[in-house]
Amino acid sequence: MSLDLATTRRIAKLARIGLNDQETEAVRAQLGGILGWIEILNEVDVEGIPPMIGTSMNTALAQRPDVVTDGNCQEKVLSNAPDRAGPFFTVPKVVE
Amino acid sequence: MMLTDLTIAQAVEGLRKRDFSATELTKAHTGAISQLNGRLNAYITVTADKAEAAAAEADKALVAGDAPALTGIPLGIKDLFCTEGVRTTAGSRILSNFVPPYESTVTANLLKNGAIFLGKTNLDEFAMGSANLTSAFGEVENPWHRTGDSSVLVPGGSSGGSAAAVAAHLAMGATGTDTGGSIRQPAAYCGIVGLKPTYGRCSRWGTIAFASSLDQAGPMTRTVEDAAIMLQAMAGHDPKDSTSADIAVPDYRAATTRSLKGLRVGIPAEYRPDGMSEELLAVWQKGIDMLREAGCEIVDVSLPHTKYGLATYYIIAPAECSSNLARYDGVRFGVRAEGATSLDDLYEKSRHNGFGEEVRRRILVGTYVLSAGYYDAYYLKAQKVRTLIQRDFTNAFEKVDVLLTPTAPTAAFGRDEKPEDPVQMYLNDIFTVPASMAGQPAMSVPVTLDSKGLPLGLQLIGRHFDEETLIAAGAALEKAAAFTARPDLRAGAAA
Repeated sequence: MSLDLATTRRIAKLARIGLNDQETEAVRAQLGGILGWIEILNEVDVEGIPPMIGTSMNTALAQRPDVVTDGNCQEKVLSNAPDRAGPFFTVPKVVE
Repeated sequence: MMLTDLTIAQAVEGLRKRDFSATELTKAHTGAISQLNGRLNAYITVTADKAEAAAAEADKALVAGDAPALTGIPLGIKDLFCTEGVRTTAGSRILSNFVPPYESTVTANLLKNGAIFLGKTNLDEFAMGSANLTSAFGEVENPWHRTGDSSVLVPGGSSGGSAAAVAAHLAMGATGTDTGGSIRQPAAYCGIVGLKPTYGRCSRWGTIAFASSLDQAGPMTRTVEDAAIMLQAMAGHDPKDSTSADIAVPDYRAATTRSLKGLRVGIPAEYRPDGMSEELLAVWQKGIDMLREAGCEIVDVSLPHTKYGLATYYIIAPAECSSNLARYDGVRFGVRAEGATSLDDLYEKSRHNGFGEEVRRRILVGTYVLSAGYYDAYYLKAQKVRTLIQRDFTNAFEKVDVLLTPTAPTAAFGRDEKPEDPVQMYLNDIFTVPASMAGQPAMSVPVTLDSKGLPLGLQLIGRHFDEETLIAAGAALEKAAAFTARPDLRAGAAA
């Protein structure tokens, strides 16, 4: 399995990991190697086998009453903000 | 005997008899850390002042006679567990300034049981690695060295800082997390005990997520009994983690003295790949003989999908990682890149600068296998193979009570012997990954030194929620092996 550069760029874009041209080429080669190795799974017959979701301890997920159990901690939530304006997180301008 | 040489069990007793104080015990460890951590780099953050203040409180509780099980016991905490008010980095640049405003459930449970935290131990970035070479806070040195050879060896990973700290007596025990072997493999490389409980036994709440269907916290200690004591304090149902099991936690320490008479031990044929060293095969045979001697019945079993474990893991784990790590975007916490011109640019720059090479690689693999057109071929296929891997274990456990295998294919390797090909590096986890995929509990126990003077470990794999059998069999192996070797670099014995 070999990846082309366009696909590598598209994945990097989807993952929002900015890669320069040199890094893109290195990643392309390494991902190709890893994906080639993974192809060993083509040998396995999975006809009729259900996918395992999570670790499937075969119990239903627990439910709880739909009530508020936490909150009123605005300062804690904002305490690690790289930048804030009053009670808000900030980002670069997105609307002109 | 120095205070740093004690086991947790011995220290619990000594503190209660007032042979020494919690303050003395903690200071012995903070002193050892200041002496050795500069070289080993086992801790990213040392909280000596906090630890000594907590020790003073522990002494009061011990005098008052109102002291829970771990009162005064100094531990290392893998820097993946959020600790309130103490920086938690996950070994990553992107979290280098992150101070959690809350405490993870596992560490809260340890604190409630009286434990004292010495600091946050080093790890591969976001727990992704098998050699502790990917931390943004520098590499950890394994306290062991080959006989007559001072080459620096890796401690294994990802819980390599925890393993090195415990092996070098810079902590009495430490927390680790295990996604594909990250407790067991470094435990084997550093000659200590590492126990990965059943998925769901310990809460994942407040532990920085890597692959949520695999991540599980567990203890790393110098004895099996200590692992039982620590797990007792860490485990238990937590409503804040929907995958946490609402199953009573048994008395783990009691299991250490359980008879093994009639216990059926499975030896899986597939854990004997071509090219396995004669030395490792001999150690495995030695373990088999020890358990037979202890009254176990040895049974050959087959786990036919073992060889697909790693490839399945390297689809599932990166897929979950790419999803979990989407939250690091430079907006709400973590490091934000300077000079971004748009929101996308902010994301891309922050993530590019904040993540190391291996983390980026796994995010990209995960993004690829989940992307439109590839999802069925990779991710769905891997989930189906995962079902087959779990069935292998379910079938084996109809015939046997526990499995015995090697923990890792080799002893610790040199820092400069690191393979350049990521796939070669992934092979370190070949024996640990299948149990993770199936959610089984598993434990590594040090058994002997190899011909070069490095520790080798054997792995026990148990039924879901049957950590007690691991502890019982592990205690028997430990007793028979009488592994008392200690690394040349350790508290009070530094070269």
